[in-house]
Amino acid sequence: MEAAHAHDQGHGHGDHDHAHHPTGLMRWVTTTNHKDIGTLYLWFSFTMFIVGGILALMLRAELFQPGLQLWEPHFFNQLTTMHGLIMVFGAIMPAFVGFANWQIPLMIGAPDMAFARMNNWSFWLLPPAATLLVTSFFVPGGATAAGWTIYAPLSIQMGPGMDLAIFALHIMGASSIMGSINIVTTILNMRAPGMTLMKMPLFVWTWLITAYLLIAVMPVLAGAITMVLTDRHFGTSFFNAAGGGDPVMFQHIFWFFGHPEVYIMILPAFGIVSQIVPAFARKPLFGYSSMVYAVSSIAILSFIVWAHHMFTVGMGASSLLFFMYATMLIAVPTGVKVFNWIATMWKGSMTFETPMLFALGFIFVFSMGGFTGLVLAVMPIDIQLQDTYYVVAHFHYVLVAGSLFAIFGGVYYWIPKWTGHMYNETLGQWHFWLSMIFFNVAFFPMHFSGLAGMPRRIPDYALQFTDFNMISTVGAFGFGLSQLVFLTCVIKCIRGGAKAPAHTWEGAEGLEWTVPSPAPYHTFETPPLVK
Amino acid sequence: MTSKLGRTFAATGAAALWPAADAAWANQYNLQPPQTIIAHQIYDLHTLIMWIIFGIFVVVFGFMTVAIVKHRKSAGHEAQQFHENTTVEIAWTIIPFVILIGMAYPATKTILAFKDTSNPDITIKATGYQWKWGYDYLNEGVSFYSNLSTPRDQIDGHNVAARNANPNYLLEVDNAVVVPLGKKIRVITTANDVIHAWWVPAFGVKQDAIPGFVRDTWFRADKVGTYRGQCAELCGKDHGFMPIVVEVVTEEKYAAWIAEQKKKTAAVAVDPAKQWTADELKAQGEKVYASNCVACHQATGMGIPNTFPALSGSKIATGPKEAHMDIVLNGKPGTAMAPFKHLSDVDIAAVITYERNSWANKTGDMVAPADVKAARK
Repeated sequence: MEAAHAHDQGHGHGDHDHAHHPTGLMRWVTTTNHKDIGTLYLWFSFTMFIVGGILALMLRAELFQPGLQLWEPHFFNQLTTMHGLIMVFGAIMPAFVGFANWQIPLMIGAPDMAFARMNNWSFWLLPPAATLLVTSFFVPGGATAAGWTIYAPLSIQMGPGMDLAIFALHIMGASSIMGSINIVTTILNMRAPGMTLMKMPLFVWTWLITAYLLIAVMPVLAGAITMVLTDRHFGTSFFNAAGGGDPVMFQHIFWFFGHPEVYIMILPAFGIVSQIVPAFARKPLFGYSSMVYAVSSIAILSFIVWAHHMFTVGMGASSLLFFMYATMLIAVPTGVKVFNWIATMWKGSMTFETPMLFALGFIFVFSMGGFTGLVLAVMPIDIQLQDTYYVVAHFHYVLVAGSLFAIFGGVYYWIPKWTGHMYNETLGQWHFWLSMIFFNVAFFPMHFSGLAGMPRRIPDYALQFTDFNMISTVGAFGFGLSQLVFLTCVIKCIRGGAKAPAHTWEGAEGLEWTVPSPAPYHTFETPPLVK
Repeated sequence: MTSKLGRTFAATGAAALWPAADAAWANQYNLQPPQTIIAHQIYDLHTLIMWIIFGIFVVVFGFMTVAIVKHRKSAGHEAQQFHENTTVEIAWTIIPFVILIGMAYPATKTILAFKDTSNPDITIKATGYQWKWGYDYLNEGVSFYSNLSTPRDQIDGHNVAARNANPNYLLEVDNAVVVPLGKKIRVITTANDVIHAWWVPAFGVKQDAIPGFVRDTWFRADKVGTYRGQCAELCGKDHGFMPIVVEVVTEEKYAAWIAEQKKKTAAVAVDPAKQWTADELKAQGEKVYASNCVACHQATGMGIPNTFPALSGSKIATGPKEAHMDIVLNGKPGTAMAPFKHLSDVDIAAVITYERNSWANKTGDMVAPADVKAARK
């Protein structure tokens, strides 16, 4: 009977028992099904990942050798800015929301998300926002070139591309807030009987905390960019000293949003890795409750460390000390998480399918980003490294090797449940090793050029940085092309492949593995009982 | 030797890749050789922390490697089902905490020294402009601008051979900051338009320059030499093209340099009563244009389409003089056109006269310094 419910992402589905649903394109436009919406989020995210990736390759091509070859500096600045905005708001954040949509109801035994129609609306806000962002390249003056941090007063100088970016961020922020309210409500109210908070899978826990962070900080970003907008057009002087404002205030507001934002992009990654590692070590997660407390502490600390992004603005010694100590403190709960993952592997019975490779790769490379984070937290060292390629290396280690690798791991882990087919293991392994190697070729040299004094966001550089920049560019192109392996692997998996059993992975635990593969269009219409 | 190797090791985290390090190569992958007490402390702090990190790395990933090698299914290892151990959990919370305190202590001492800008011997104001630095020696009365001096043809690739032969490509300026050896120099930073950052790595100094606000930092150089840095805060189109060069010289040479600068200032000082002809203003204006306007509006006066407006044939540059003076003096809020009221009356009059009578613009009129003086609020 389950076959009749089969939900095939590639070809739409006409067989499920609510036959009055529209088919074809209208199915996706009007859908209120958490699985459909999850799929939409994931494809949207992948599309933006490709767009942002192309921008990155364009700027890496310019940096292959000294001198200006391809782009004039103003356009180069547009590339760095839009690469950042698109990757953060278009690729990474929507990917995690996609996972939340697909997995949270399946993992807590709920039939769907709490607010199904709002769920549809949260997704469909994103394509217009992305369109605004991408088409801003074609307005007079081009896209905003003020950096993804859009610091005032530079952002005040920008052309209409800045306004389009502001509107896009407002819309994406609204989408995130709605998505988060949905996730919080679903988790708090719709868990299967018997699933207490401390029995929830860790992925659900990390998303619960992430959703609260989003609700807390997205309005702060909205405030900051609205102030930029009114400074630009309506004669206010929030960030203009001549009118009684303060440019540094923008940075304080932006980073009060921005620091929790980086945890928004990493906590769900922690959650995914905490699902994968126990499954392939065939051993329960070590220190479950300490993991929950660690994620909570990281979330709370994230609100009191923002000024470490601004160590060079000239704060007083007491502020510097406070923000340095608070920032260093984050190493403690983050360390606890890494130690717990390794203790989970310890004396396990490990196998190394693609999801596990990405999880292990995540732990290894994310830790390197954590180490450089510790270096940057030490304020005197940060004087030398602030706004250099060292910082670029650091946040790509935590965002690409961190968030993105966890996303890849999550896709390989759950795609048999989504499509009903096993992915091609050989392709998956190639994808992992190519990504891992080229990622390090691209980003490891940036530590050196940063230490040696290469500022970030420059289209041309002094000659002593040439070697490392050439290596980085080669690595970046290799990394970009490796993602085509991923795309191939996913499409092959949607189209066919070995039939996936309901309980796909020997060591996996959780309610999602109790439903058939592919997961029927409607699951848990009768809540399961959790003991 | 040991310490040099140690630094190499710490900086790379993989010393095996670089068994020997000569000085030039070292400049490519580690912090630049420190020349002030603060930069030394930063360097040593970084080395210390890299060693700590290396230790943690070996221990943590040692365990992970053992687990991956031995506790695998293909090696026949059976999973044990333990999942809690309070003692271990407490230990790996407290040990990192103690290590962090060990790192925070020396860092705190450096921060307090770094912030102590009291009792300077010399105070220099560094002002960020899009895209150059202006310097004012506050007590000596010496002022000048410092522009990138790398020839354009090296940057745009028309003269690659000269670029490759230029060790200071993008790191050279027309007028360097000159300071005496061993004196405490306080640098006050501010900016004219957007935020810039004044950064000289060898001195361990990086301070944002914020429009409308004043911040300060300090250094005391240990060794005679030329030290180079760059703007470190994205400040628009030519952010990558506004380097900082500081020459540290002996006290005698510094005194001679100051005397020479003062003489220069006196020589170019203009008699305020002088009556300028249109041709004189135009000739002077061309120079002013070349150092202030050309980055955006271009030598052809055509600007960059859709980004920086053309002056040639523009309504302002061919319309009433008052509007032209207003935009040069006060800028245009919300755009990259910054106010230029820091230039002298003569320079502003000259550049406006030049703009009104160059390229396709043939107004035939001139703006006198007195007009500019009157137009200032």
